[in-house]
Amino acid sequence: MSNWALILYCGLITYLTRFSMIALIKKEMFNDRIREILSFVPSAIFPAIIFPAIFINDIGLIEIDDNPKILAAMIAMFIGIFSRSIIATIFSGLASYWFLIFVV
Amino acid sequence: MKSNLKVFLKGIIDVSPLMIPVVPFGLIFGVLAIDIGFTPIETMAMSLIIFGGASQIVLLQLFSGGASSLVIISSVGAVNSRHLLYGAVVSEHLSDLKLIWKIIISYFLIDQAFAISNEYLKKNKDHNRYFHLVGGGATCWVIWQSTTFLGIILGAAIPEKLGLSFAVPLTFLALLVNDFRKFINVIVIIISGLVATLGYNYIPFKAYVIVAALAGLFTAMILTRKNKKA
Repeated sequence: MSNWALILYCGLITYLTRFSMIALIKKEMFNDRIREILSFVPSAIFPAIIFPAIFINDIGLIEIDDNPKILAAMIAMFIGIFSRSIIATIFSGLASYWFLIFVV
Repeated sequence: MKSNLKVFLKGIIDVSPLMIPVVPFGLIFGVLAIDIGFTPIETMAMSLIIFGGASQIVLLQLFSGGASSLVIISSVGAVNSRHLLYGAVVSEHLSDLKLIWKIIISYFLIDQAFAISNEYLKKNKDHNRYFHLVGGGATCWVIWQSTTFLGIILGAAIPEKLGLSFAVPLTFLALLVNDFRKFINVIVIIISGLVATLGYNYIPFKAYVIVAALAGLFTAMILTRKNKKA
């Protein structure tokens, strides 16, 4: 598949998930149980991107020792939990990562 | 009733604080896309056509890992399944609108606009209240397109040594800050993360995002059911 086809299909599926419920579904079709489960979607999906990006190295192996990303991500997480700020989370993580690789 | 313009402007003002993190997110996307080998036009087209930060980053992440198109598209679909919830929640406020408005508003139904307009739509019953959602979405659109463009230009100038790709997990981590306080969410986060990491090399076709997400949702189903019986 060409890059352009890939971009178009990804755009289409993204749009359809936004459009389908607005256009087609009546709210009665959504009971509280489904709503409750869907509220867990971010917690279920984002870690699948977060964890491998932290623990898996460039050659596809799990790396625990000598991996500054783990400590940096933990610092970011604690800053995030206490500040509840998206921007503070991202910047504290990047700053500690740079500190660990360039200074320490 | 406030004028359409006033409601639109209110949407812009309300969404503004949420735009601060969108700036680095857009820059990072632009820089990474060029780094991975997409052309500047393809990169810009991604932001214009897809217009979804999480979708676009997942696309890059899996593309650079050599995943097949089918896996990339279905993973993007999985990441977007949260929009089904947004759509279902706001649909009751939009049910009287003409189809053309529903088509337009759907394009702007993004995390940030949903977060602020959901509050507004609940409190206001004016017929033109949906302009709030359009205002928030349009603001994010402008920021997203311009930061993508800046990222494309800066791409070549940012040294790889900086490890800016680490901003990807940090961005997603930041979207979960409120979930780290809830017990069931933490369990779901750990299960999903472990399945994705341990299955990274063993789950075929790089489908680890989908498998891990399903494992997480299944965990949530079990834990919330038990919760209710207790």
